[in-house]
Amino acid sequence: MNRELKRLSIAILIMFTALLCSTTTITVFQVDNLRNDPRNVRTLYDSYSAERGPILVAGVPIAQSNPSDDKYKYQRSYGLPEIYAPLTGYFTLNQGNTGIEGTMNAYLSGTANDQFLAQVNAILTGQSPKGAAVQLTIDPKVQKAAWDALGDLKGAIVAIDPSTGEILAMVSKPSFDPNTLAGHDTDTVISTYNTLLSDPNDPLINRAIAGDLYHPGSTFKLIVASAAIDSGKFEASSTFPNPSSLQLPLSDSVIHNSGDGTCGPGETVTIADALRLSCNIPFAEIGSAIGQETLREYAVAFGFGQSLDIPMSVTPSEIPSDLDAPQLMLSSFGQANVLVTPLQMAMVSAAIANGGVLMKPGLVQSIIAPDLKVLQEFSPEVFSKPISNQSSQTMTKLMVDNVANGAASNGRIGGVEVAGKTGTAQNGDGKLLTLWFTGFAPADNPKVAVAVVVEDGTSFGNAVAAPIARKVMEAVLNK
Amino acid sequence: MAEVKQAKASSKSQSTQPESRSIKLRLHLPAKLRNLELALLVFACGINGVAVVLVQLGALGKVNPEIIWMGGGLAVLAIGLHLVLRLVAPQADPFILPLATLLNGIGIAEIYRLDLASGASGWQAFSIRQIAWTAIAIAVSIGVVLVVKNHRVLQRYRYLAMLVGIVLLLLPMLPVIGQEQFGARLWIKLGFFSFQPGEIAKIALAVFFAGYLVEARDSLALVGKRILGMQLPRVRDFGPILLIWVAAMAVLIVQRDLGTSLLYFGLFLVMLYVATGRVGWIVFGLLLFVGGAVLASQFFSYVGARFHGWLDAFNSDVYDAVGGSYQLVQGLFGLANGGLIGTGLGQGRPSIVPLAESDYIVASLGEELGLAGLFAIFALYLLFVSRGIRIGIAGQDDFGRLLGMGLSFVIALQIFIVVGGVTRLIPLTGLTTPFLAAGGSSLVANWIIVALLLRLSDTVRHQPRLVVTP
Repeated sequence: MNRELKRLSIAILIMFTALLCSTTTITVFQVDNLRNDPRNVRTLYDSYSAERGPILVAGVPIAQSNPSDDKYKYQRSYGLPEIYAPLTGYFTLNQGNTGIEGTMNAYLSGTANDQFLAQVNAILTGQSPKGAAVQLTIDPKVQKAAWDALGDLKGAIVAIDPSTGEILAMVSKPSFDPNTLAGHDTDTVISTYNTLLSDPNDPLINRAIAGDLYHPGSTFKLIVASAAIDSGKFEASSTFPNPSSLQLPLSDSVIHNSGDGTCGPGETVTIADALRLSCNIPFAEIGSAIGQETLREYAVAFGFGQSLDIPMSVTPSEIPSDLDAPQLMLSSFGQANVLVTPLQMAMVSAAIANGGVLMKPGLVQSIIAPDLKVLQEFSPEVFSKPISNQSSQTMTKLMVDNVANGAASNGRIGGVEVAGKTGTAQNGDGKLLTLWFTGFAPADNPKVAVAVVVEDGTSFGNAVAAPIARKVMEAVLNK
Repeated sequence: MAEVKQAKASSKSQSTQPESRSIKLRLHLPAKLRNLELALLVFACGINGVAVVLVQLGALGKVNPEIIWMGGGLAVLAIGLHLVLRLVAPQADPFILPLATLLNGIGIAEIYRLDLASGASGWQAFSIRQIAWTAIAIAVSIGVVLVVKNHRVLQRYRYLAMLVGIVLLLLPMLPVIGQEQFGARLWIKLGFFSFQPGEIAKIALAVFFAGYLVEARDSLALVGKRILGMQLPRVRDFGPILLIWVAAMAVLIVQRDLGTSLLYFGLFLVMLYVATGRVGWIVFGLLLFVGGAVLASQFFSYVGARFHGWLDAFNSDVYDAVGGSYQLVQGLFGLANGGLIGTGLGQGRPSIVPLAESDYIVASLGEELGLAGLFAIFALYLLFVSRGIRIGIAGQDDFGRLLGMGLSFVIALQIFIVVGGVTRLIPLTGLTTPFLAAGGSSLVANWIIVALLLRLSDTVRHQPRLVVTP
């Protein structure tokens, strides 16, 4: 019987070894998969129960976690919810997180790799783990001014510091109140979410970076003019024919300038005047003359078609590479096949403002651990160099002229030289217009580059968008 | 009396001391065993007290002394059993009682922790009931130690034990008192009092198997025809084996419980093997069982669902299905949440898993104590089982050897089935984890096993031995 008992002992040992192996497999080898499984509510509860770091603007929290009495221990709350909602995004129990709440979740919840040692330390010393604070580049005065300036209109505003790429303001309207999604009653949150989601005005979408793309209209002429001048094919004083209407090749369609006349009195018109007066026909000619390859090259250098995270991911602006002749002409004044985000147009102005060097735009100023150690800090980074310093000076001159003596007259600020370009994009017959202004100030030492877009417009960019942009630039210059 | 013996022994060794390197005949020193037991018992109670305090600090952030007083009462009972042993079984194994006490206490701490999560209190709280049941179980255990003076008595009642075992197994199938819970028909309910008779049945059956096999093993092993290279026993010897197989299948099919069925059948096969030394029969029996289980999984959806949930646990259809893998997967999430060192007692979220206090107590402990804690718990079980197997190896009479081995193996097998199911090693079946899981019947049964093992180990050691000392 002893032989059998020995064998049985070995069998029992094998059984226990199998259990050791299976538990080890789960807790060591499969642990990441199991923790990241979307059905694992523990991860979710933990992310709620750790004191989530605040989102700060100029040191003041715009999103913070306050102790609550329920099982989640903390309640996320947003001061100035609507103004900042497109930036903070929302933080929900089970509908996902967006904006900074989503993209910076690892830092805010304290689970980022740089915070690992701090977390271990917290566990060993018996403290509850805390997330890091995320400080934004936003200037609250500029953000408030932009929010107020846009009023009840639908649209978006982006303001960038052209020398660093720091985003000073980013407004999208209509907005929403993320407090309504931060509740702990899942049914209420889901019904609120569904209401917001089905709202035809798409309040959950940050129009500045991620909405449906807009036709840039005449603001796109900045890129066409930059390409024409920087490529060396033309100069600002190069002349083009000046008819009052132009039939597009291969088609019956006829294009007109805004106002249906010629572009100024002459038989020919310079690039400088065409930009100042924002004429469509000369730009159709310029676009055809430089060709779509050159045009596309410059557009890409300004950021078109490139992926960009600020840290939210920005929808790339579009310029196709297979335009036929009429499409190229229409695209050259910002219609037909080119589509942009407001941030993209702000980047065009910023590049021109910064001597032709485009700085990578970003929203995160710094990430500060609970022990006040700075985990990450904004460092200016060159995104691209679309045009030369000399071309940028020429373009600045043209844009200043456009505000001072041309089509963008409502962008003027007393005592400051403003460079700018308006746009009024058509969205098809019978549809409302998209109104634009992009520019920077002061022209000789730029502090801010802006882009303003207003949806469902009925007049012109200069009438609606330019005054808004002026208020935003004033807010930066007066601070 | 024990102290006197010790004094005698030491004075004896004193007297021979002046001569260097002599061979001495030394009596066993039962007092030493009991002192070791007492020290380990105090240590175990200490750990249990600390575990409860940690649970309170982790979950509440403060210490609430009430429950600690109740736990203290249990410590007194365990020490009471220890004192009884000093009197009636002084040579009993010194590890079994502290191990059982420690496991029982850790279980209470974790069940209490789950009560804190659910907000249950008073008699609604699993922990209060578990403490009460532990008190009853230890009292029963003391009773068994006192009543069963000699385990050989049990051999006489082997067929009665069979009857009791089978009746207990079949009791839940009776119409009025039988009760179905969680899809399995394993409970009986008398008034507000519900009981799982299958737990007690495992002891009765172990007694029967041991008694029957001691008597029948020679005829089983030697008499009979050889067919296909395997010695088949005579029908009249083989009858009880078939009977047990039928009972196991009945449990599987009528009570819908794969785990219990596997437990009894596995116990029987292993005891049969140890008694006769025939590997062929284990293979044959396993094939019989696997065949039955596979057939059952084809014909009965609840058995099929268990297999499906095991093989394809993360499939969202299986996960969402009624009787699907939700519990299994949530248990795995809990274990993963614990990781290597666990979240700390009172700081995890074990209550998310259904039945976290009973079937899933291992996952709950794994979440809060981590892999390290589970390894420690497995080691405690392994020690416990090894003490029982020792009785089998060192015992004097074959009935006692088979019984000791059988009782300890049934615990090992039960742990394997439960933990293997929770960790997805084998299909998940509903069994309680011995000592840890909430459940009165399981506690009483396992403390009876403790009492029997103590009794058996006492007779094993009740022999003077020749000891060579330098």
